[in-house]
Amino acid sequence: MERILLYDGSFDGFLTAVFVVFEQKMTQASIRVLGQEQPPLFGELETIYTDQEKANRVWKGLIERVSSQGKFRFYYAFLSETVGVEDTLLEAMRYVFSQKRCVDQDFSHPAMLSIAQTAKMVGREKHRMEAFVRFRLTKDGIYFGSIAPDFNVLPLIKKHFSNRYADQKWMIYDIKRKYGLFYDLAKVDFISMEFPAQFDFTKSDSAFFSAQEFDFQRLWKDYFQSTNIQSRKNMKLHIRHVPKRYWKYLSEKQPDY
Amino acid sequence: MSFERIQAKLKILADAAKYDVSCSSSGSKRSNSSKGLGDATGMGICHSYTEDGRCVSLLKILLTNHCIFDCAYCVTRKSNDIKRAAFKVQEVVDLTINFYRRNYIEGLFLSSGIFKNADYTMERLVAVAKKLRLEENFNGYIHLKSIPGASDELMREAGLYADRLSVNIEIPTEAGLKKLAPDKNREDFIKPMAKVKNEIIQYKAEKKLIKSVPKYAPAGQSTQMIIGASQENDYQIMHTAHHFYNQFHLKRVYYSGYVPISNDTRLPQLGAEVPMLRENRLYQTDWLMRFYGFHVSEILNENHPDLDLDIDPKLGWALRHLHEFPIDVNTASKRMLARIPGLGLKSVGKILHARRYRRLNWDHLKKIGIALNRAQYFMVCDSKHFEKRDLTAETIKSLILQNGQSKYTASLSNQLRLF
Repeated sequence: MERILLYDGSFDGFLTAVFVVFEQKMTQASIRVLGQEQPPLFGELETIYTDQEKANRVWKGLIERVSSQGKFRFYYAFLSETVGVEDTLLEAMRYVFSQKRCVDQDFSHPAMLSIAQTAKMVGREKHRMEAFVRFRLTKDGIYFGSIAPDFNVLPLIKKHFSNRYADQKWMIYDIKRKYGLFYDLAKVDFISMEFPAQFDFTKSDSAFFSAQEFDFQRLWKDYFQSTNIQSRKNMKLHIRHVPKRYWKYLSEKQPDY
Repeated sequence: MSFERIQAKLKILADAAKYDVSCSSSGSKRSNSSKGLGDATGMGICHSYTEDGRCVSLLKILLTNHCIFDCAYCVTRKSNDIKRAAFKVQEVVDLTINFYRRNYIEGLFLSSGIFKNADYTMERLVAVAKKLRLEENFNGYIHLKSIPGASDELMREAGLYADRLSVNIEIPTEAGLKKLAPDKNREDFIKPMAKVKNEIIQYKAEKKLIKSVPKYAPAGQSTQMIIGASQENDYQIMHTAHHFYNQFHLKRVYYSGYVPISNDTRLPQLGAEVPMLRENRLYQTDWLMRFYGFHVSEILNENHPDLDLDIDPKLGWALRHLHEFPIDVNTASKRMLARIPGLGLKSVGKILHARRYRRLNWDHLKKIGIALNRAQYFMVCDSKHFEKRDLTAETIKSLILQNGQSKYTASLSNQLRLF
């Protein structure tokens, strides 16, 4: 009978569940996030409690068998939060652990191919977020940016932003997943916070943002328009590069106010 | 700073700088080691795209559009009646830093019209870069223009603060330059370029011995040519490009389709179309030269001085060299695989990888993601099915054009459109 393992949504939680699958030699198992599961028609539910040690053992074992790129593919694919990605990952891990040679380039295996494709999508979203975050200076001197990425890429962009903005306080907040990154001039932390009810993420409100912020947004928008060559206009290409779903966070694409 | 004044200046000076094509921000290795602002390691990032589809990665502005020269092809030429403006050094620094802090840009691209003389102008460009690096602890990307005729001493200093230096030769031939910009000469462009090239070589050599030698223009040099302003053919353009790649170790040569900006009778008239398709074909040739192992004279020579507009240059070459084909994808060398029309370097890599495990047939190739419309006529694989008819170059070309789609189809047909 199929066993359904429920974990807390963290990567370590997922790895713990994988550990349990291997430890108990389950042949038919499915891994789901706690609270999002469909009640099964057949099968039994089992809650897994994250165990750092077990998670580390699985991760260590995986690293020994795949290349460094292959390792990242697993992590990236996990962050896609696609429904059922845990099962694909589990299937791929079963395959990796069953083979003696390194198989992380074997794209003729359906699970390996699926992971590579998902990881690629997540990688693209990561790169877009590195480009499309727009910081706005708040009254208390924090550069604040809000995003709503398709995938959970905050853990992936942490390094990029901390390398780059080492001398200013900044915060990047994921509106969809309700958590953020905050740099306080010493270290970057994951935080969650409450916003006032009337706070609109897409607008800059003079109650929260510094006065010079509006000047720079204006300048940036002017620059964006002046640098365009009208006689070469190509909206199709423009939209391909900057898909419309990202426009609401780009100050240069906001209507004039 | 006064907002309105800056706003007005930015509009004028960004507008004047937009005809410079280069916006790359990659290839530098300047890391943020001092807890400062900015980091220019790894790949470039396009933070936005203008409505013409070009990347916005750097704050691209002129320091001033006052200019003592009167080059026919240039918007900021002396005789043109436009608004003039000039930034102060500090204003450019403030703009760059504040844009960078908001994650709008990867860095600064600073060019300038020439006021007073070359050295006076270059000095100011260097002052901006120096201030950014030393006073603001800025590690982002800086691209400076080398002003033709600037002194060696200034060029040496520029390279110490900038990541990339470039000088635009603008007109591919000396004759064309004489006609359109009579008060400039080729030598002045070449001199700073040669100086920077030698400095890069020297600094690199020294860095091998002593680790603390500073970086010198780590992202190299580039240049730009205007396409379609004077009467050069593609052969002349690409041979000039080849010459510059070889002699000056340039990272990039950019080709910029001429956007009509004046009523000068020496130039295409206002309203004439920008030669975007020709520009595209030139870039394709550039890539064939730099990455695909082609020599420029294989693609363009006296017998074949212009690129075909309806097909890409590699297909053009293949059709003129049918005796080299078909190529067996299971045994051919990397060099020959890269010469099959329709195969890019990514596909070549995938084939090389995949054929280690098994002999490839059409199904494999399709699954790997290889576009066969063009390639099928030029290769064989592990299959009995391949092109057995003895097709002429003309037939192959028409078959390919029939079955393929190009974003340029509309601009290629000379039939009038009703709607």
